[in-house]
Amino acid sequence: MADDRDRDGTEVAVAEFHKKIKEAFEVFDHESNSTVDVREVGTIIRSLGCCPSEGELHDLIAEVEEEEPTGYIRFEKFLPVMTEVLLERRYRPIPEDILLRAFEVLDPAKRGFLTKGELIKYMTEEGEPFSQEEMEEMLSAAIDPETNSINYKDYITMMVIDEN
Amino acid sequence: MGCGTSSATEDKKSEKALKAALVIQNWYRGYRARLKTRQRYALTIFQSIEYADEQGQLQLSKFFSFMLENYTRVQEKEPGLVTRLFGSSIQDKDRQDYLGLLEVPDSYCGPRLQFPLTFTDIDLLIEAFKQQQILHAYYVLEVLFETKRVLQQMPNFTHTRTSPSKEITICGDLHGKLDDLFLIFYKNGLPSASNPYVFNGDFVDRGKNSMEILMILFVSFLVYPNDLHLNRGNHEDFMMNMRYGFTKEILHKYKMRSVLMPPIPMDGDCAEKKNKLGTTSLLGIRTSGSFSEQLTKQEWEQVVDILWSDPRGKRGCYPNTNRGGGCYFGPDVTAKILNKYHLKMLVRSHECKPDGYEICHDGKVITIFSASNYYEEGSNRGAYIRMSYGTTPRFFQYQITRATCFRPLYQRVNAIESSAIRMLKERMISRKTDLTRAFQLQDRNKSGKLSMGQWAFSMENVLGLNLPWRSLSSHLVTTDKDGNIDYMSGFQDVHIQKPVKEVQSTLIETVYRYRSDLQIIFNIIDSDHSGLISMEEFRCMWKLFKSHYSVHIDDSQFDELAERMDLNKDGSIDFNEFLKAFYVVHKFDKLNKSDNKLA
Repeated sequence: MADDRDRDGTEVAVAEFHKKIKEAFEVFDHESNSTVDVREVGTIIRSLGCCPSEGELHDLIAEVEEEEPTGYIRFEKFLPVMTEVLLERRYRPIPEDILLRAFEVLDPAKRGFLTKGELIKYMTEEGEPFSQEEMEEMLSAAIDPETNSINYKDYITMMVIDEN
Repeated sequence: MGCGTSSATEDKKSEKALKAALVIQNWYRGYRARLKTRQRYALTIFQSIEYADEQGQLQLSKFFSFMLENYTRVQEKEPGLVTRLFGSSIQDKDRQDYLGLLEVPDSYCGPRLQFPLTFTDIDLLIEAFKQQQILHAYYVLEVLFETKRVLQQMPNFTHTRTSPSKEITICGDLHGKLDDLFLIFYKNGLPSASNPYVFNGDFVDRGKNSMEILMILFVSFLVYPNDLHLNRGNHEDFMMNMRYGFTKEILHKYKMRSVLMPPIPMDGDCAEKKNKLGTTSLLGIRTSGSFSEQLTKQEWEQVVDILWSDPRGKRGCYPNTNRGGGCYFGPDVTAKILNKYHLKMLVRSHECKPDGYEICHDGKVITIFSASNYYEEGSNRGAYIRMSYGTTPRFFQYQITRATCFRPLYQRVNAIESSAIRMLKERMISRKTDLTRAFQLQDRNKSGKLSMGQWAFSMENVLGLNLPWRSLSSHLVTTDKDGNIDYMSGFQDVHIQKPVKEVQSTLIETVYRYRSDLQIIFNIIDSDHSGLISMEEFRCMWKLFKSHYSVHIDDSQFDELAERMDLNKDGSIDFNEFLKAFYVVHKFDKLNKSDNKLA
């Protein structure tokens, strides 16, 4: 499947990627002048199906920023970088089963759930910690108010359904 | 802390935990970003459709101008009609003419205002409106007349002084959302000599308490005329009100059979007194620049430019194609004007912003919007500004939430997304014939399929909506594994209810598409608000409408439709019944929400 189609279809693929990227960019281009606030670039990249870590995102932004950062990212700089990312299929999203295993690692006793306190501790102290806003948002959807815990299997299933 | 082996295990465990946390965080951030994007897309849909409707509104205004210009020809064919529409200009009726006909009965337990008004009346109104009471028409009229009198004495430009100890608060569009106004007063205090306010237009339409907002603002203005400033927005216009809900609100709240009101000001024949509510009389008093006052064409264009324009990043000044009126102006235009008049910044409203405000043009233009959840529950915040000479403006944001709304983000996003997609599908179905033709033109092999690019192109062209079609396609059509789109699948789960089987789809679609415009026109013709117009007037109106909007439908078809719908009551047609019969059915609706929302 991959190679032949890729060779023939690359031009077409690039053209379609360009249009997709443009659409995603324009939605955040409030003044319609081909720039977006640098703080929204992460959202745009992720909306195109990529899942860079915060560190990877930081590097990407450095690539698309002006030499003297202005707080705005121009489309002309964003497009080629993003096209490469899509063509190379970088920062692929996490498959459902890997996500499940990650939760299971944090739940060695295999209870099937994490308490609210445990979730907060891991998300705000480990890895690339959540901001308060991110933490609150995750809690509001994930935590069952009666048990004050997250049944991670159900949670994942729910999120996956919602996305599709 | 234990021997070497166990600390190595500890390390390995914490390394695994770190990696697991990273996985979850990474996934969550991606998911959250996609949610926010979906929210943004939904807003874009709402906004595009709103602006397209505004275009329709301006087109309707032009239609009336067209009729005015073709007055003589129309007059020959339908003398009665024209007199009804354009009679003599508003008779500037005496206050007593109106008030003399009304009486506040003893049984009325709503708020009673006392003239001259004082701050107690402001409190009184606010308390009453919190209890959902309705202000009696007598007081409404008194307030309107008095406001008109005072406003007419004031110049077009107001100058006000501020200082760090006397800041001024600027609010944007309220659009009948009373809860937002209450919240602003709660957070920021009631208007007074030491707490001045500017309200930047669009007080009415869309929300369900336009009247209450207007009354609070006008009464506050009358009590503090030098400290409460009201600016006009594009919704302070009687034709906008007919489309966007204020007129409907008045008709609904003030349907008092026992009240005697003279007919609408546009009707020259004021000797007639009927037992119905002349709603436009309430509006005609406070509007200027519509048919009520004679503005020259150039003056009217200036008014439209002021009330409809939007700032954009592109330099220069060019037509505002989204809205169909006013212009887009760039940062160079702003800089030039501000410099010329020695001004520091422009604070304007008119555009809904997700955060309630937005700053552009290098900090020289602020857009302030005070109606939270404008399109839909969860769509945007509202905001207001406090500023004074010598300080930087401070922004205060809020969002009205009801108990159910402390829902997680994904549920809120789902809600506005479904609402937006629904609206979009209704647009699509109302242009089904045109869309199908455009698709088929590109589908050379008659395969029923188009590439994404071809489909997106036709959608944008025919619907005239600048939307991210590729991203939205998954909600609208089915795509096969090669990425090609089954273009007719977009029409699968929606259809317009056919009031009569035999009539052609194109006619049904057209009436559905223009139903808001038709309703406005009919309402204007129906000067006694009986809901009925004569069959002759109905036909004549349709003919004029047809020619102005270049609609190609056989007259005989339209006649047949009207006849078959059997809404004829002694030579008159009940136009509300007529228009209500055209609505969209969504196949997968649990509650059959019929699209009867006509403005």
